[in-house]
Amino acid sequence: MANALDPHAAIATTAGGLTDGALRTADGRPLVRALARSQALARRRAFLLVLPLLAFVLITFVIPIGQMLQRSFYNDGFSDHMPQLSQWFAENPRGAEPDEAAWTALATDLQASAEARTIGIVGTRINYDVPGTRSLFTSTGRQVRRGIEPPYQAALMEINEDWGDPRLWSAMREASNPVTGNFYLAAVDRKRGEDGSIQQVEERQQVYVMLFMRTFWLSLLITFITFVLGFPIAHLLATLPMRKSNLLMILVLLPFWTSLLVRTTSWMVLLQQQGVINDILVWLGVIGGGGRLQMIYNQTGTIIAMTHILLPFMILPLYSVMRTINPSYVRAARSLGATSWTAFRRVYFPQTLPGLGAGALLVFILAVGYYITPALVGGSSGQLISNMIAMHMTDTLNWSMAAALAALLLGAVLLLYWVYDRMVGIDNLKLG
Amino acid sequence: MAVPTYATPLERIWHYAYLVICGLIFFFLIAPIVVIIPLSFNAEPYFTFTDRMLSLDPEGYSLRWYRSLLTFGMQNPDATGWAFWSDAWQNANWVKAAKNSIIIGVFSTLLATVLGTLAALGLSRPEMPFRRAIMAILISPMIVPLIITATGMFFFYSNPCELLGIFGLPTNCGRLAGTYVGVILAHATLGIPFVIITVTATLVGFDQSLNRAAASLGANPRTTFFRVTMPLILPGVISGALFAFVTSFDEVVAVLFIAGPEQQTIPRQMWNGIREQISPAILAVATLLVIFSIALLTTVELLRRRSERIRGVTPR
Repeated sequence: MANALDPHAAIATTAGGLTDGALRTADGRPLVRALARSQALARRRAFLLVLPLLAFVLITFVIPIGQMLQRSFYNDGFSDHMPQLSQWFAENPRGAEPDEAAWTALATDLQASAEARTIGIVGTRINYDVPGTRSLFTSTGRQVRRGIEPPYQAALMEINEDWGDPRLWSAMREASNPVTGNFYLAAVDRKRGEDGSIQQVEERQQVYVMLFMRTFWLSLLITFITFVLGFPIAHLLATLPMRKSNLLMILVLLPFWTSLLVRTTSWMVLLQQQGVINDILVWLGVIGGGGRLQMIYNQTGTIIAMTHILLPFMILPLYSVMRTINPSYVRAARSLGATSWTAFRRVYFPQTLPGLGAGALLVFILAVGYYITPALVGGSSGQLISNMIAMHMTDTLNWSMAAALAALLLGAVLLLYWVYDRMVGIDNLKLG
Repeated sequence: MAVPTYATPLERIWHYAYLVICGLIFFFLIAPIVVIIPLSFNAEPYFTFTDRMLSLDPEGYSLRWYRSLLTFGMQNPDATGWAFWSDAWQNANWVKAAKNSIIIGVFSTLLATVLGTLAALGLSRPEMPFRRAIMAILISPMIVPLIITATGMFFFYSNPCELLGIFGLPTNCGRLAGTYVGVILAHATLGIPFVIITVTATLVGFDQSLNRAAASLGANPRTTFFRVTMPLILPGVISGALFAFVTSFDEVVAVLFIAGPEQQTIPRQMWNGIREQISPAILAVATLLVIFSIALLTTVELLRRRSERIRGVTPR
């Protein structure tokens, strides 16, 4: 493609002479190869500049998350410390009544595990599926360490009758395989029954689907409110003269730069029952002193605070798109007889859609994963799925469950991120 | 924007209503931040304006919450003069938190800025391979929910060498959780997307022929970078660095999960204060942080204008 070459190379070619018909550089190499080489070199140079950061992000970010997600389908808390019983489960099909061999394996494993002081880990693992069984394992472990005589079934049943519970055996069978999808089943309020079929958990234990729905619903609502509040502001900023709009822009950017915790704190102060807003309402006589509104530690608090925090993320992309809209289109529409509403609806609004899409996606992505604000102002009805992940990490220590919930949330966020990249392009992400 | 001359009376009314609505939304944006400033001078332990404050009685205002910031955690808060200040510097919880925040913020910002600027330079070259995919990975720390990032880091930093076991290497090389290095690395990761975004945005308007001109005049790549490229992209680099610093300075989730008691930062201390017993001392910290963010915002705005001027981008 001679016409794609730059002029310097062309001059070099004529100077080098045409001996075999191929274009050559000044030092006699075929031009095609020289070009390919210099392009490869440039590619390598560019890549080398990015490499240190890419390696850094892979090691400190991508790999840790991958490792964490692995826990969602891999948990060897039981199988590692109860090898003989796990072996028995592997050899006997589901539904097989535990025979004396199984009881012997159980007793041997319990004894070994109690000696190695790992019985707590085993108990914790089974406790995820059958609540209240951790103490069964630890207390039995203490007694078994003092010695246990065959027949083991009778001996163990004598220590605690709960050992005969078929639910317990079913849970142990599930846990005997370190690779399991059960945490994902639990994350969508399902479980494996004693016969291995997938069934719904009892109604009062169905929390996760509801929480996912609430997270998505609240995020949608917050995205919508930021749109309603952000659109007029962005429009005003985009149409005002530069000097005025730059001044007003500070009012948008200041919240953006202010610490998240500061903003959350100020909403706590404002919305409290003894706070500023309730005081003003009482003073105005809108509500009586006894009827102070409960606006915080519930969903209302989460919605108000998160809307305030995420509003700049809607305004900024909208503003940068609206600034480029040519005002003569609307004027043309008006001159052709459109009312101001029609001109807005048919001419102006469609042109803002790219900014609206960018802002809405960004706000929604950020809202879905929000943790701090719901944790502080959400009470119990304003908690989102992130708070459940944190609870499993720090309180119940059911790390596999936290990982399964995190995997589902991450999947949703990455899907939206992909859509964002397709629609808007990450390059067009702008800050401030 | 003025009302066009052809507007109907209804449109005029709507126009003024629109301005009022915008005013209310601006009020919603800014009022929560402004309201805490006077409240932090409250003489009483309440979160609302007392009657004495409303009547502008000087008795209603005090600096007691600012003083309590200093004395909280001190061994001898009643000392005077030099002893008081040296005690505060060494023992006061909030002072310790501020020191930690600054140490962690500065080092994570340095790391993020150096690596991020290099990468941005590579990413804005037209010949960069896999540009889109790499960009997506590098920006992802900003998109992935913080709780997921923090959870992953919690496991990884407890035993960073666990994966080396795949290669048959020793898997025990100490912990990063509970160390300054761990928190700094975590915060650098979170600050990187901001550096990348601001520096690549600056490089969009960068005229590559300037580099070629420098090279043709005999400058080697190093000289070209430090004498030609760097001065031109410096405003972008600095605002990226400020973004990274603010990210670290305001970050609490990763600190909750991987920092030890020695690495308590200001947001971590605030988190404790808000969750346990919220006192107006929190408002005093908040006020200081608001002043800090106003200073940062001013710097970034000035830098942005300067950058647009020297790059010859017409101001908006």
